[in-house]
Amino acid sequence: MTADGPPEVLVAGGGLAALCAAIVARRAGASVWLLDQAPEALRGGNTRHARNMRVAHDGPSPLVADAYPEAEFRTDLRRVGGDTLDEALAARLVADSVDLPAWLAAQGVAFQPRAGGMLPYSRRTVFLLGGGTAMVNALVRTAARLGVVVRHGVTVADVDPGGGVTITRDGATRRIATGAVVVATGGFQANRGWLRETFGPAADGFVNRGTPHADGRLLRALLDQGAMPVGDAARGHLVAVDARSPADDGGIVTRAEGMTDGLVLDRDGRPLVDPAAERGSPRYANWGRLVAEAPGQIAHVILDAAGLARLGPRVYPPVRTLDTLALAACLGLDAGRLAGTLACHGPGGGPPWFTLSLRPGLTFTGLGVRVDDRARVLDGRGRPWPGVFAAGMIMAPALLGGRYLSGTALTVSAVFGRRAGEEAARHALDL
Amino acid sequence: MPLTCEDRDDRALLDEARRQMTVCVVCKYCNGYCPVFRAADARPALTDADLLYLANLCHDCRGCWYACQYRPPHAFAVALPAALARVRALSWRRMAGIPWPGGAGGGALLALACTLLVPVVTLAWVPWEVLFAPHPGPGAFHAVIPRGPMVWGAALALLPPLAWVGVAMARFWRVIGGGSPRQVLRALPRALGDMLALRHLDGGGVGCNDLDDRFSPWRRRMHHLILYGFLLTVAATVSAAIAHHLLGMRAPYPWFSAPVLLGTVGGVSLLAGVAGMAGLRARADPAPQALETRADGALLLALLAAASASGLALLLLRGTAAMGMLLALHLGTVLALFVTLPLGRLMHAPFRALAILRAAIERRTPQHREES
Repeated sequence: MTADGPPEVLVAGGGLAALCAAIVARRAGASVWLLDQAPEALRGGNTRHARNMRVAHDGPSPLVADAYPEAEFRTDLRRVGGDTLDEALAARLVADSVDLPAWLAAQGVAFQPRAGGMLPYSRRTVFLLGGGTAMVNALVRTAARLGVVVRHGVTVADVDPGGGVTITRDGATRRIATGAVVVATGGFQANRGWLRETFGPAADGFVNRGTPHADGRLLRALLDQGAMPVGDAARGHLVAVDARSPADDGGIVTRAEGMTDGLVLDRDGRPLVDPAAERGSPRYANWGRLVAEAPGQIAHVILDAAGLARLGPRVYPPVRTLDTLALAACLGLDAGRLAGTLACHGPGGGPPWFTLSLRPGLTFTGLGVRVDDRARVLDGRGRPWPGVFAAGMIMAPALLGGRYLSGTALTVSAVFGRRAGEEAARHALDL
Repeated sequence: MPLTCEDRDDRALLDEARRQMTVCVVCKYCNGYCPVFRAADARPALTDADLLYLANLCHDCRGCWYACQYRPPHAFAVALPAALARVRALSWRRMAGIPWPGGAGGGALLALACTLLVPVVTLAWVPWEVLFAPHPGPGAFHAVIPRGPMVWGAALALLPPLAWVGVAMARFWRVIGGGSPRQVLRALPRALGDMLALRHLDGGGVGCNDLDDRFSPWRRRMHHLILYGFLLTVAATVSAAIAHHLLGMRAPYPWFSAPVLLGTVGGVSLLAGVAGMAGLRARADPAPQALETRADGALLLALLAAASASGLALLLLRGTAAMGMLLALHLGTVLALFVTLPLGRLMHAPFRALAILRAAIERRTPQHREES
């Protein structure tokens, strides 16, 4: 840390929300520290794994096709957020999404134009050139150039309602007073203990798809001190991932495919069926939920050769078994019963069989703190805590209710990161 | 076929590149950076031949390293620029049929031997009162080293390596799928444009990661200086031959003649480019690089620097007694550059040209046509 600390604005977190908050607060004239719990190699929170960002716009541009009117964005949010949706925040999110690509580009972030022909059609989202990690690189550069003190491997252990902050680094703890704090540390999807509290023993079968540093420590600290909660811890976003995925940070490539092209069996050999399934692309969140509720939190996709051909390249290739007997041995199932299930429900083209085993993969959790549309953290009676702001996935449950709307996590993070940075600087500099 | 001969190290290297590239094909986040990802998308099986192609299509801009969510310390340990640099070196060696493993040591020794060979032979054969006398006016070079030995020596020394490279290129072209003359002709304008503009050193528009995670145009600019400097010196040689045979002029040529102007501009551009490139290399983040392939590149830069510096020195001092030995030294450096061509980093140029040509052909065929 620099000798001239403590800062006027302290930002906890390292992802898009934290970086936007730090840049905006610094540009507003505040001295800023950005403290990221992750080591530098893992900086950027779950923004590292992101690719696209949802923005409202009126017409086609080099970055995005057709039009996505603000009203339509709000409708989509109402559909996803349901009764948790905070209308004031939604209005803010949608209105402020419009200039995000231009603003981020001005901070050095590169977007991928449609003209290269390498992007899927999208009228709702813009794509980052190189993905979220490249955006994090650009924003960290910009923040540092502006004079934000960026430190990795530093944990903000506690924030109190008055804006006092406890920092730990290499085991040493100190308390500092700052003008304002922005908490942008995301959910608790990497916190095994909290997941067990929420999901029971099933949590031990979960894979965390993102950063291992999303431990929810500050979320809990804020809630314990009386911040108003929003959302539901048990409403995390789950997708089915390959059972061989690393425990954390598997990102996009471990997401399982093939569920709609083959037969999915649970641990005991019973078929798992997505009741809302349509032909074609699987509904990833439904499968995440199904696998999470299955015994042992494991399931197996069984494909025939035609299903394998539709599967495309995989980081973890399917396991090939030459006949049903071998497949039964591989899955630990009774061969006779398995043969019956396959005859009744299975793909008709095997053996040989090609098998992928699935686990529930947690993308983000659904419990957060409630903020007002100035990103101020609210107490249990809806009054703002002076000088404490929250941005990003820690307050996103008020918008998404723990559900998934592609590209919206980045939008929430950038919009409310900017908002929190602006308000935090104003609060700190007016003191 | 060159790829059926199994070498355990080569196999491990190709398998590792395949493993990493598979992560890329599934992830797709980097597909805006360069055509390697588009090409990989079109060949998800990623055979050995596919990998040789992709490796040579890669311009080593390193954008995908800095953007990678799976780079070390991630368990997937994707380090594509390094993996492809290793496959590139393997491809040159395998296509040229060079049996020993890579490394610049042998090339450096050979280059040194070639560089010294001409001066030593000159010292031994040319009478010293001729060698160390000033030779003003036309015909001075051949007064020291007679035209016959110079031309025949050059032909004998240069043609075998060039033929060798040609054979390697033909094998590579066949391995990566080649193309009919008609396809080649139709793809050539775009391919030439991509080659001469070094289009794929632009990281999808933002530039390369020359030193670190910042994007910059400098590596591309330095490469331009080297490429066009090199082409100008070749043009100088060709124009000198024309002046000699068609115009009956005798070297050394006057300052304001085509060979001297082309050679001077080319040599200065080469030297500046080599210096700039060496500076970038010295300051570049080592993390994304295959460090064992760096010596190769350093040797090429050294050879280019030696050839252009000795050529410029020869130009400046051609009226003095130093001319004779400078001429011999310059010829030695050019000899070294060409004799080591099939062994070294310069192979990236013809192989990349073919890979770019192949990519241009694929962009024209329906199965690879753009979606939007």
